[in-house]
Amino acid sequence: MATDTQQRPATTEVGGRRSMGFESTLDAQIPPGPLQDKWDTHRFKMKLVNPANKRKYTVIMVGSGLGGASAAASLAELGYKVKCFCYQDSPRRAHSIAAQGGINAAKNYRNDGDSIFRLFYDTIKGGDFRAREANVYRLAQVSVNIIDQCVAQGVPFAREYGGQLDNRSFGGAQVSRTFYARGQTGQQLLLGAYQQLERQIGLGNVEMDTRTEMLDLVVVNGRAKGIITRDMVTGKIEAHAGDAVVLATGGYGNVFHLSTNAKGSNTTAIWRAHRKGAFFGNPCYTQIHPTCIPVSGEHQSKLTLMSESLRNDGRVWVPKRPGDTRPPHEIPEAERDYYLERKYPSFGNLAPRDISSRSAKEACDAGLGVGPGGLGVYLDFADAIQRLGVAKIRERYGNLFDMYQRITAENPYEVPMRIYPAVHYTMGGLWVDYNLMSTIPGLFVIGEANFSDHGANRLGASALMQGLADGYFVLPNTIGDYLAQVKPGDYNLAGDEFRQVQEDVSERTNRLMSIKGKRSVDSFHRELGRIMWDECGMARNEQGLKRALEQIPELRAEFWENVRVTGEATNINQELEKAGRVADFLELGELMCLDALHRTESCGGHFREESQTEEGEALRDDDHFAYVAAWEFRGLNQQPVLHREPLSFENVQLAQRSYK
Amino acid sequence: MNVTLQVWRQKNATAKGQMVKYEVKNISPDTSFLEMLDIVNQELIARDEDPIAFDHDCREGICGMCSLMINGMAHGPEHATTTCQLHMRSFKDGDTIYVEPWRARSFPVLKDLIVDRGAFDRIIAAGGYISVSTGSAPEANVIPVPKENSDLAMDAAACIACGACVAACPNASAMLFTAAKVSHLALLPQGQPERHKRVIDMVRQMDDEGFGHCTNIGECSIACPKEISMDFISMLNRELIKATATNKE
Repeated sequence: MATDTQQRPATTEVGGRRSMGFESTLDAQIPPGPLQDKWDTHRFKMKLVNPANKRKYTVIMVGSGLGGASAAASLAELGYKVKCFCYQDSPRRAHSIAAQGGINAAKNYRNDGDSIFRLFYDTIKGGDFRAREANVYRLAQVSVNIIDQCVAQGVPFAREYGGQLDNRSFGGAQVSRTFYARGQTGQQLLLGAYQQLERQIGLGNVEMDTRTEMLDLVVVNGRAKGIITRDMVTGKIEAHAGDAVVLATGGYGNVFHLSTNAKGSNTTAIWRAHRKGAFFGNPCYTQIHPTCIPVSGEHQSKLTLMSESLRNDGRVWVPKRPGDTRPPHEIPEAERDYYLERKYPSFGNLAPRDISSRSAKEACDAGLGVGPGGLGVYLDFADAIQRLGVAKIRERYGNLFDMYQRITAENPYEVPMRIYPAVHYTMGGLWVDYNLMSTIPGLFVIGEANFSDHGANRLGASALMQGLADGYFVLPNTIGDYLAQVKPGDYNLAGDEFRQVQEDVSERTNRLMSIKGKRSVDSFHRELGRIMWDECGMARNEQGLKRALEQIPELRAEFWENVRVTGEATNINQELEKAGRVADFLELGELMCLDALHRTESCGGHFREESQTEEGEALRDDDHFAYVAAWEFRGLNQQPVLHREPLSFENVQLAQRSYK
Repeated sequence: MNVTLQVWRQKNATAKGQMVKYEVKNISPDTSFLEMLDIVNQELIARDEDPIAFDHDCREGICGMCSLMINGMAHGPEHATTTCQLHMRSFKDGDTIYVEPWRARSFPVLKDLIVDRGAFDRIIAAGGYISVSTGSAPEANVIPVPKENSDLAMDAAACIACGACVAACPNASAMLFTAAKVSHLALLPQGQPERHKRVIDMVRQMDDEGFGHCTNIGECSIACPKEISMDFISMLNRELIKATATNKE
C-alpha cells in the first residue's frame, strides 16, 4: 500500500503517480441551478428517444430485486426491449424481499413537520455528510411518487380504520414517515415490482433468464455493450448484447461470510465491471445493523436480522456489573444500564444504526454482554407489553417474535430478546454520476450496487426507497439521454470483443474446476470473513488494516492453488458458483481494507479508532475527507488509483452529528 | 446428536434417481436443517464426492427458494416454518430422516433436491398483477381501503411461492398459490377493473401447466409456511364463477 496514512490526501501518492489536491477529480454531472429545481431542469435538458425508436434499443438488466425489477418493468413500459437476468429460480426471490421494516417517504401524512427538505436533510445527516446533495434531494422528491405507484399496484400497506395509510417512526428521524406492510415491507414492494415485471414478460417485452449468472462485462470501443453469463442448469457460457447494461445486483456484505444477506448475494457482477474500468466508490462504507440474532455456534451459515422497528417499543440494556450472569428478570432496574437512553436522551433507542451498533460493541467489549460468549445485549419489551398489552405487541411485531422464537427457542414475550450487530448493507458500490452511469459509458448501476445516496451510513427504511427511486423514476429517464446518443444495435455478438471475454470466462471456469486442491470453497470464505470482521468491521485501525492487507493476498494465492471444486462444469454445480463468487470477494476485500486505511477519519459506519471524540463518538475530518473515494482498477496485485469527487454542501451546514 | 439421512440423489433432469444413506454425527440441536446439510456437504467434498444440491437463498423464511419433503412433510414437521427456519432440535437423537424434492409433474426435478418452479411465474405473468404503468398512479390516499380488507389482502399476499402447497397436495394442485394472488388483488379497490379477466387467465394458465384439480383436501394450507387460509380457495371459486357468468369474451 503506497498510501501513507499519516499523510493527508492532498499529497498522498497513489498508483505510483503524485496526485495533487483535487486535480484528478470526477465530474458527477450535477445539473446547475437551485437544489429544488435540478431534477426538473435536468429532465427538460435531456435528449429523448422517439417513442417509435425505443423498440430498436435493447437494455440488459442484471438483477431482479427492487431496483432491477422496477427498472426492467418501467423500461419495457416505455417501449424498450429488455433482457433481464437473475441467479435465483424466479425474479421474485431477490433479497430485497427480506427487508422488513418499511419505506420512507416525505408525504407528511402525520402533519408532524415532515417535508421533502427534512427527508433530504435527515438522509444527508444520517449519512454523516458523505453523500451527494443533488442525488439525495432527488431521492426525497421522488419518494412520494413511489408510495403512489406501489399503492396503485396493490401493495397492501398497513392502514388506519378510516382507510388511509398508516406510518411509523424509524431510527435517525423524529417524524413518522415510514410506510410498512406488517414486518414484510420488502416482500410486498418486491412482489409489486415483480408483478409489473411478469406483466411485461407476459406481453413479450421482457425476456427473462432465471438461474443465470453474469460472469463478465463486455466493453466495445469504451462502451458497455453486453455481458457473459453462465446458465446455472446446463453450465453453458453465453454472450448477450445490448445498447446499454444496467447492474442491479445488490450489495457485497457477504465478503464478511456471515451477514444478513442471502447466501447467494455476491459482488461478481460489479467486481467484474470494476475490473473492466468502472470505478468503485467508497468500498469501505459498510453498515453493521444493530438488531440481529447473535451467532449460536461454528455451524452458523448466516445471520438473521430483526427489524429496527422493534426499537420503537423495545428498550436496549445490559447489566451494569461485568460478568453478571443472573437471568434478566432477576436483575433489578437500578442494576441495568439502558445505555442508548442514557447516552442519547433525545433519540434514545432510535439512535441511528451505526451509533447503536458501536454502543453494543462497546458494552460487550467492556464485558457487559449477555448470552453465550458475552456477544449480545438485551432488547426488552416488558415495559411495552405492560403499557400496551400483549395483543398490541403481537399485532405490531408478531411475525418477528415468532421468527426469533423459531431460531433461538426462547419466547420474547417472556424473556428479553438477545441481539448483536451484524453486517447488513454496503453503502459503497460502483461509482455513478447524477445519471446513475458508471465511469464506463453505457454501464448504469442502480440500488445497493451503486455507491450513491446513503453516504457513510444508511438510515432505516431508506434502502427500499432508493432501490425503487432508481428503478421506477430515475433510470428510466436518464438512460434515455444516453441511448438517444448511440446508434441502436451497434454491436456484433460474433465480434472479437465478445469472443475474447467469453473465452476468458470459460478459461476461468475451467481453471477453478482443475485446481482440485484440498480446501473447500466455504473454508476460504470463512477465513476471509474472519479477517474482514476482525480488521475491517465495526472498528478499524491502521495496524489491523495493514495486517489484513498482508493476509488477504496470501489467502487469495492459496485459494488459486488449493481450492477444491467438486462435480462438473456442465451441470448444476453450487460449489463452482460459490468458488467464482469467493474468488471475487478475495479481491474486493483487499480494496475495502485499502479504502478504510486511506480514510483516516471516522464517518458513519466507518469508525477509525484513531479518530474519535473524547466521548468515543466518530470524529470526521471535513477538511481532508469531504470527498467520495473512487478507485480505479489497474490490475491484480497492482496499486489501484484513487480518484476523488469532492462533496460540496451548499444547502446544509456541515455539523458534527449529534443524536443526544 | 446423531441422525441418519436418506436423501434423494439424481444427477440431472433425465437421470434416474435413488435414495442414498448418510450418517450425520455430532450435530448441535441449534443447527438449522440446511446448516446440517451444509455440514454433510463439507464431508462429501472432503471425500471428493459431489455434494447434495438443494435450493436456498435468504435462509430467513421469506424468499421461498428452499423446499424439501422431510419425512414426507413439506418443509418438515414444524408448523408455519420453512425448511431454512427448521432446526435440528425438532428431531430426536438417532432419528432417520427422509429428504426428498417436491414431487409434482409441473415441478420437474433438475438435480438432487432442486426442482423447476417456473410454472408459478407463468401463472403470475398470465394475470397476477394490476396494470399500472410507472408514473400513472394517483395520490396514494385518494384510494381509501378499509383496514379489514387491507389486512385480509395482506394475509393472502404473504405467500412466498415456495410450492409446498403443490407438493403437499395429493392432486399436485396449485389452487392455493393461485387463489392467494387472485384474492389479494380482488380484495382491493385497485384490483377491480381487471378482476374477471385476471381470474380466468390465471386459472387457465394453471391448468395449462398441468397442475392437478382441487378437491378441497386441505393439505396445502396445513403445509403452507405462511399459513395461507383455504378460505382463499373458496374466494377464487366465487371469483371464477362470477367471472365466467359475466365473461364477454
